[in-house]
Amino acid sequence: MDDLYREVIIEHYKNPSYRGHLDPHDISFADNNPLCGDHIQVDLRVDNNGIVTDARFDGHGCAISQASADLLMETIIGKPVEEVKQLNKQDVLDMLGIDLGPVRLKCALLSLKVLKAGVYGLGEASDSLVE
Amino acid sequence: MTIPFMSLNIEQIRKDFPILARETQPGTRVVYLDSTATSQKPLAVIEAMNDFYRRSNANIHRGVHTLAEESTAMYEGAREKIAKFINAVSSRQVIYTRNTTESINLVAYSWARANLKAGDLVVLTEMEHHSNLVPWHMLQAERGIELEFIPVTGDGLLDLDVYRALLTRGPKLVSFTHMSNVLGTINPAAEIIRLAHEAGALTLVDGAQSVPHLPVDVQALDADFLAFSAHKMCGPTGIGALYGKADLLEAMPPFLGGGDMIREVKLRSFRPNSLPHKFEAGTPAIAEAVGFGAAVDYLSQLGMDAVAAHEHAITEYALERLEEIPGVKVFGPSADKKGGVAAFTLEGVHPHDVAQILDQDGIAVRAGHHCAQPLHEKFNIPATSRASFYIYNTKDEVDLLVNGIYKVKEMFG
Repeated sequence: MDDLYREVIIEHYKNPSYRGHLDPHDISFADNNPLCGDHIQVDLRVDNNGIVTDARFDGHGCAISQASADLLMETIIGKPVEEVKQLNKQDVLDMLGIDLGPVRLKCALLSLKVLKAGVYGLGEASDSLVE
Repeated sequence: MTIPFMSLNIEQIRKDFPILARETQPGTRVVYLDSTATSQKPLAVIEAMNDFYRRSNANIHRGVHTLAEESTAMYEGAREKIAKFINAVSSRQVIYTRNTTESINLVAYSWARANLKAGDLVVLTEMEHHSNLVPWHMLQAERGIELEFIPVTGDGLLDLDVYRALLTRGPKLVSFTHMSNVLGTINPAAEIIRLAHEAGALTLVDGAQSVPHLPVDVQALDADFLAFSAHKMCGPTGIGALYGKADLLEAMPPFLGGGDMIREVKLRSFRPNSLPHKFEAGTPAIAEAVGFGAAVDYLSQLGMDAVAAHEHAITEYALERLEEIPGVKVFGPSADKKGGVAAFTLEGVHPHDVAQILDQDGIAVRAGHHCAQPLHEKFNIPATSRASFYIYNTKDEVDLLVNGIYKVKEMFG
């Protein structure tokens, strides 16, 4: 448990660096975790070379879902969109530095699902995007 | 309460539930505060089902051999016990289903599709579980029926003035929860039913939370339908019941088609069986029915007045202790108007995180919207943590919960 709520997670939850909206933006997408009602919106700016120049998230949810969203934004800024499309479950777990059971895994992966649905231009953030 | 009763011997009751001795990790005994989701099962139920499979298992009805006769008698005997438990006139009025959800769907598919047309009004409430919302949404899409909702007041009660106004529009059915699985509110079912009948409407009572926790008498309530599940009242999963008034059930078309629900089948036609079998197609959950009967025996022997009184005492104590924690907000009415449920939020901490940290100390609470999303939207919260209490819970366990919440506050402080 002390592992699960590592200092870094509580810190990103309480004092996120990338919470907010981008206006204008190039990509914006939002979705819920139907199990618990967690909500994440992601806004991205992408330059002509396909590089993510800025990223913000907003929403509400548990510490795991919000901290992983903040860490994810931090990770993708400066990266090519093509690279963002390749991010997977393990990348998020590596960012958080913890192992999660199946229920909490959905919390951790919500922001990645939303992000990938956005960059792929899909209508829905499905689980298959992060497996 | 006017009838005297023996108060429960909780220490003895706890010994009846083997799972309560479970340690979730070495030295941490489980504190089970999630009985609103599903109750734990006493040995009497576990052993009744075990014995059924060891001694009596056979398919029911039609068989003439000893085992088939025995299993049929056990299956039907359980139905008698359940009928008596809710004071139904006859066990013919008790239909086995999979659970409360299926019981409500049975009414929505069979009664409602035979009796409701476009524009007909069904009245629900804002505190319904999804199981008493979605079947009606589906019927609305299919038939064009109209839905209206009795509002929930800020303190978690139904607004009966609005209900009276809705009744002037001549609804065909009023379908409502007897006890909210989030707020714990015990609704004035007898009054709601009386008013509905005066307006010419039938009533469906969602008894998923009330039948396990309160004395429920379908004749005193004058309920037209009552839906409930075994697994929330010490019984197994996979079985529930629908009670209905005999004339209504007689007039309803069958729900699912297949074996056992027929009197006669020709290549191109069938005649349905009589009650209750008309609604029980296919091989049913026989061992589960036996377990359901054992659960009803167990609760009957404790006495439902005593069960309700114990839960009231625990809930009163829990609300008092929870409300003294800074940042905790408990939803729903005061203890005298609710059953053993305390749904709460802790300022600055998501309910999932609360539940996860409590789990570290073996404390099992639920977090989420508890299948009542519209109700959470009404209170403008995405989710709550919910502690719920049953016959085996103690004040010591409430204290452990409270200590656990202080620990959560410290971690997120």
